[in-house]
Amino acid sequence: MSRIAGSSRDVALLGFRRQWLPILTTLAASLLALFPYVASRPIVPDFAYLVLLAWRLLRPEMWQAHIALPLGLFNDLVAGLPVGQSMALWTLTFLILDIVDSRVGWRDYWLDWLFAAAAILFYTAGGWYVAREMGSVVPFEVLLPQLALSVFAYPLVARLVVALDRWRLAR
Amino acid sequence: MAPPSTRRPGFSRRAQYGLFLGYVMAVGGVLFAGLLLVIAVIDPSGFNALKGLALDVTSPVSSAGRGVSRFFGGIGDSVGNYVQAGNQNAELKRRLQESRRRLIEAQATELENKRLKALLGLTRETENPVAVTRIVGSSFASVRRLATLSAGASAGVQPGQPVRSADGLVGRVIETGRWASRVLLVADSASNVPVRLVRDGTPAIATGHGDGTVDLKTLEVGKNPFRRGDVLVTSGVGGVYPPDIPVAVVVSVQGDRTVAKPLADPSNVEYAVVLPVYQALADTPLSEATESALRGASQ
Repeated sequence: MSRIAGSSRDVALLGFRRQWLPILTTLAASLLALFPYVASRPIVPDFAYLVLLAWRLLRPEMWQAHIALPLGLFNDLVAGLPVGQSMALWTLTFLILDIVDSRVGWRDYWLDWLFAAAAILFYTAGGWYVAREMGSVVPFEVLLPQLALSVFAYPLVARLVVALDRWRLAR
Repeated sequence: MAPPSTRRPGFSRRAQYGLFLGYVMAVGGVLFAGLLLVIAVIDPSGFNALKGLALDVTSPVSSAGRGVSRFFGGIGDSVGNYVQAGNQNAELKRRLQESRRRLIEAQATELENKRLKALLGLTRETENPVAVTRIVGSSFASVRRLATLSAGASAGVQPGQPVRSADGLVGRVIETGRWASRVLLVADSASNVPVRLVRDGTPAIATGHGDGTVDLKTLEVGKNPFRRGDVLVTSGVGGVYPPDIPVAVVVSVQGDRTVAKPLADPSNVEYAVVLPVYQALADTPLSEATESALRGASQ
């Protein structure tokens, strides 16, 4: 495709890509839960949440908070979580980040990582609490390896999302 | 920094209302999701239709890729085996000798068992499996330890049925779709399996620990009866799990806490057998003794 859109079809295609790529990548990350591997302990990061967080921190103006509801429902159903868990936790994350955005004047790479780490901690603790209410009482230490791995996986996911974003907005 | 005094996106009323409505939807959505969670806590089998549908749609993907991931998992094992061949050989020879001795003992025990059972007039009820199926995937990002089976309600699988493999107990079915179902693994901390120690029959409860091991709790306080290497089998107490399915082997004993490892490693299990729910009292015919006791009571 040339730099200048040649037809209305090209314009529509670019518009579609601009609007839907973040959503589709998040859904695709949710589908990673179908990877045919049976884990005996929670260690793999929840990539859907990391991708969602990376998009949200990179483009705060792109989504309103309620977009997390359908995305969370999809994640709940695919990953076999109790229905409502990701819906609630993801939307709460967005609302909290909206408040944070209005308080913090500037952000850089390290601050983004700090926010992401805090959000990951919130999400992991939330999932842990819901599982506890569902009768699965697990000491929180069991989750620490996954927590650390998620925090360190965030920059990689963010890098990937930045590359996707460049492609998304390329003309 | 202090928040700006106004969050208005501009002078456009449309934009202002849009933003406001967005927040209303988000907060309402969080409350709605919280309500769904409360329902899920009160009635874990709720939304089974919805979750079963999602399970049906997604399980073929996992099912198709399972061979590939098993292949790659196998490569690591093979390399490790090659490196440790010498040690392993010696170890295996020692184990073989030991198991040969055990086998003879077991044969003797079996004979004795048969004799005693014949004496008591008991017949061992045969287990008719509901379905023989494959484990195709699991939850790996969440705290819960759940696995996905490639058989569902159309094969007769119902929530509550125990699942075993050749190695031992895998878990219990908790959700079913039409062609797929979800299993609560023994290692999940919501799973409680009544077990007994093979060595001396000490009853205990095996509760998942959430990290791939199970905790053993005895019913008596004080002395810890477990030793490293002890094998536990289901006791059949309380129904659901049929008796004498191997469950776990004790790997460490630290004071009061006993950690055991499930014998059926779900990541290596190829086939799983779904068994009917074990109902000891309902399934056994009334023995002569009970009948006479009842007769005695009615007189």
